Amino acid sequence: MTTVQEPSQVKLTEFEDNDQKPVGFGRMLRKEDARLLRGRGRFVDDVQLPGMLHLAILRSPFAHANIVSIDTSAAEASPGVKAVVTGETLKGLGLAWMPTLSNDVQAVLATDKVRFQGQEVAFVVAEDRYQARDALELIDVEYDVLDPVIDVRRALEPDAPIIRTDLEGKNDNHVFDWETGDEEETNRVFAEADVIVKEDIVYPRVHPAPMETCGSVADFDPVEGKLRLWSTTQAPHAHRTLYAIVAGIPEHKIQVIAPDIGGGFGNKVPIYPGYVHSIVGSIVTGKPVKWMEDRSENLISTGFARDYIMRAEIAATREGKILAIRTNVLADHGAFNGTAAPVKYPAGFFGVFTGSYDLQAAHCKMTAVYTNKAPGGVAYACSFRITEAVYLVERIVDVLAYELQMDPAELRLKNFIQKDQFPYTTKTGWVYDSGDYEPTMRLAMEMAGYDELRKEQAEKRARGELMGIGISFFTEAVGAGPRKDMDILGLGMADGCELRVHPTGKAVVRLSVKTQGQGHETTFAQIIAEELGIPPADIDVVHGDTDNTPFGLGTYGSRSTPVSGAAAALVARKVRDKAKLIASAMLEVSVADIDWVKGSFSVKGDPGKSVTIQDIAMRAHGAGDLPDGMEGGLEAQICYNPSNLTYPHGAYICVVDVDPGTAEVKVRRFIAVDDCGTRINPMIIEGQVHGGLTDGVGMALMEMISFDEDGNCLGASLMDYLIPTALEVPDWETGYTVTPSPHHPIGAKGVGESATVGSPPAIVNAVVDALKPYGIRHADMPLTPSRVWDAMRGQATPPI
Amino acid sequence: MQVPAPFEYERATSVDQAIGLLERLGSSARLVAGGHSLLPMMKLRLANFEYLIDINDLHGELGYIRLGADEVRIGAMTRHRELLESDALAQVFPVFRDAEKVIADPIVRNRGTLGGSLCQADPSEDLSAVCTTLDASCVIRGANGERVVSMEEFHVGPYETAVADNEILTEIRIPVKSGKSGSAYAKVERRAGDWAVVSAGAAIWLDDKGHIHDARVGLAAVGPNTTGIPEISAALRGHEPDESLFELAGAIAARSCDPSTDTRGSAEYKRHLADELTRRTLRKAVERARS
Ligand SMILES: Cc1cc2nc3c(=O)[nH]c(=O)nc-3n(C[C@H](O)[C@H](O)[C@H](O)COP(=O)(O)OP(=O)(O)OC[C@H]3O[C@@H](n4cnc5c(N)ncnc54)[C@H](O)[C@@H]3O)c2cc1C
Repeated sequence: MTTVQEPSQVKLTEFEDNDQKPVGFGRMLRKEDARLLRGRGRFVDDVQLPGMLHLAILRSPFAHANIVSIDTSAAEASPGVKAVVTGETLKGLGLAWMPTLSNDVQAVLATDKVRFQGQEVAFVVAEDRYQARDALELIDVEYDVLDPVIDVRRALEPDAPIIRTDLEGKNDNHVFDWETGDEEETNRVFAEADVIVKEDIVYPRVHPAPMETCGSVADFDPVEGKLRLWSTTQAPHAHRTLYAIVAGIPEHKIQVIAPDIGGGFGNKVPIYPGYVHSIVGSIVTGKPVKWMEDRSENLISTGFARDYIMRAEIAATREGKILAIRTNVLADHGAFNGTAAPVKYPAGFFGVFTGSYDLQAAHCKMTAVYTNKAPGGVAYACSFRITEAVYLVERIVDVLAYELQMDPAELRLKNFIQKDQFPYTTKTGWVYDSGDYEPTMRLAMEMAGYDELRKEQAEKRARGELMGIGISFFTEAVGAGPRKDMDILGLGMADGCELRVHPTGKAVVRLSVKTQGQGHETTFAQIIAEELGIPPADIDVVHGDTDNTPFGLGTYGSRSTPVSGAAAALVARKVRDKAKLIASAMLEVSVADIDWVKGSFSVKGDPGKSVTIQDIAMRAHGAGDLPDGMEGGLEAQICYNPSNLTYPHGAYICVVDVDPGTAEVKVRRFIAVDDCGTRINPMIIEGQVHGGLTDGVGMALMEMISFDEDGNCLGASLMDYLIPTALEVPDWETGYTVTPSPHHPIGAKGVGESATVGSPPAIVNAVVDALKPYGIRHADMPLTPSRVWDAMRGQATPPI
Repeated sequence: MQVPAPFEYERATSVDQAIGLLERLGSSARLVAGGHSLLPMMKLRLANFEYLIDINDLHGELGYIRLGADEVRIGAMTRHRELLESDALAQVFPVFRDAEKVIADPIVRNRGTLGGSLCQADPSEDLSAVCTTLDASCVIRGANGERVVSMEEFHVGPYETAVADNEILTEIRIPVKSGKSGSAYAKVERRAGDWAVVSAGAAIWLDDKGHIHDARVGLAAVGPNTTGIPEISAALRGHEPDESLFELAGAIAARSCDPSTDTRGSAEYKRHLADELTRRTLRKAVERARS
């Protein structure tokens, strides 16, 4: 039952005050909000070009069926229709299939058969959206329905229908096996351990569901031979290269423009067939073509997330020293392996399942399979599968606490990697750059009033009330990544940055990453401001347009600040180095004799004698002499290749109340202490954390893309696929500690996904803790009232 | 963008004119009130009609809450928001405000109507359960005049009502009985603004001695039709309200309903909620009647 909470008083003065700060890091309102909040943003669907046509896609109603025939004649004769394209048409052009981000292939339009409900079968281009949509009804497709593979656990059974008959010689639904850690050593540690606890843990399939659905406007100019594509993409440069490879258009003749993007969460990393359709549509008709999917299309056909069936085992001493963790994972990849992950990491960064603990051994074995469900895989603010990894370890540690009858906070404190162990190499080979876990944990406990909460819980339990306290402590691995290890389809995961200071001291910085709401236009201006002393308001941040920005792999996996943010800081330092030479000439002293105080250089020992960065910019562009051999102008560019990932961490504590009669869960409090290293704009960080925590409430309590036995998607609208509202979330209580990254130029670690990664286990742990009087130690998400009620009666079932 | 199939659109200027249009256009036409049930179905192309007759201009004629000595009359075009905000209605039948607080969200409540809710006849519709709880009757008007039917007669089946293609629901009438009375509504939902997993309304009328003169319970989302449960009324009448009586009523509710398993919950859980919420709302209704 819904209750409305009084909003806490927002202290506006806090923002005002900080906006008056001169330059650099600190709280300030977001530069992009002036436009976004006034409705002056420009999203893909706002793009209107002269003569533009509209595209609608016919999708399969079945999860698995052969296509017997397609009759498009009635649709072609329908008013306003300019083209109807089927898989056969594309086959003729060699475009029926395209590569996925994981070196698999995916149908652009189905030719032989459909492999998931919602798969693209044909498209119509017409003068307006209504005509395009109406014409879809007139396409007559005859299907021969096949048995689908829906239950992932049965995908590898010998009699399971084969989904990928398109792959030569494929006679099962196996995608890949993957392994990490030392099996033998892990088994040895397990064999000698006092206590072993095992639990089956499912992370159900969920969907990123960004506010803006996916879409594109393609404009192919047959004279210039140039393709302009406005599209909802988190990675414009990577997309451009892939289009060049797929469509055979030379790369310099493709301009990908990601305008304002209404949320991505990983959903806008892959290339979807619809984007390619709009390109084909524009080439075929000679007109600009817009495709904008509707909400149901987004939910049923675009990149999902998670879908990991995990068996977790943990070994410990009786005193609560954790020794080893091993896990077996069955991963549902849908009909095509469309996972977005670095090539050498088919399971993303799941290898960090050892968490924040100092273990003796660890091992993971994973099998990925095809099913008749939408493709995708790594998406939804998951830092390349770290969401699953953190959920696994934080859940199994709680199960261990239950079995040992230990307080879960105490158990964690006892096993943390210690400050002096960093850089710490985990048993699965990850090198954690820096961390100081205990103070973060202690701060969260203090903010929560942990001991008081446990007392309150004991009193409530005595009265038959159900209150739960859940903890999660996570270590993230973000900022992919070092090019020696990490590439996507052969493209190294480095990022470029260009900075140009204009004569009057204003500047433009060009990024290879692309904001989808994270506030890059502010954060990156602040990074430059901090390094150069030019106020953020004077710095234009350009991004999203491949013709106007340097190459780089885009924004996902919390990588913008760790990778591109480092590039921005370093490019600013390059400019500053040049400015210093000019300053020394202007001040007529040697370089060794000048000091940098944010925004100006002054003569050592004579601070009154100084030149500002603005003075220097004018000199760099103006008349008069520059130091010997120096070119005019004040600009620089860089391509930054990170030497390691960065490893943010955090301690989250959640308090829930469960109604014993109805099994409804109410999240009463949530304390989030994040350590993302150096904090650039605390307001933006808090915004990212608030969003991620809300996501976490959604996943823990209500979100799931489920299917019936025929493969019909049961989450095809926002009436069915629930995302949380302000009424389901408490007033977030956030705190922070700062452990800078040693290898990042400003020590920043990235925070975009921390809260999404860290919050689901805290909430589930809280609910399970509330249900302790029923003798329960595990229940799977989503913890809807009905599922909680099942758990209370010892009848919890996995959400498969 | 989800777009409906092509249709013609007409704005009705009076109830009689709307009936005239329905007479002429037959089953190819549909009335649109708040549009919050009809338009989503049309956008998803689950429903296609050739004509829409917009009756929003009839809000002046059909949007009202009139409290009489022995009857409350509410016009079919009365919006959720008006039902929520009416203090006078909350005074007599607090069940309305209880329910309206948990129906949809402010945007839907600004447009959605009482008439549309009942005519949609979705088994999860909250106002149908409220009207059942209060033993309301429905006034249906056609070319040949008016007829009045009970809620039981009104609901023919899921998404099916006694209103014919050429008729319009104009008013709901709720009897006001003498003596002390109380009513309440409770709903379990997965998230604010979601349709009910299960909801229940209860109304109680006490006699001078504080015994139950009459009691009614209406449930939503536990079967094809939101019907009253006469057995509960029979079991409660004449008794002094107490916890064991509520338990009995809850048990009857649980066994009288016919829920099915879906993404909102298992049939078993819904049956449990029918019991739990029946007890809770009866308890609250009695509390209100006594105060
Ligand atoms: C997001 C969302 C959440 C919702 N949540 C809930 C909820 O929690 N609980 C709940 O009960 N409801 C909920 N609803 C439904 C909401 O209450 C609708 O407004 C209501 O069901 C229909 O009212 P309407 O006026 O919008 O009807 P319309 O959509 O305009 O019409 C519905 C049907 O009734 C017919 N009709 C309308 N008026 C008359 C009349 N006077 N005579 C004859 N036929 C008529 C129409 O022809 C149509 O067939 C929700 C709706 C939405 C969009």
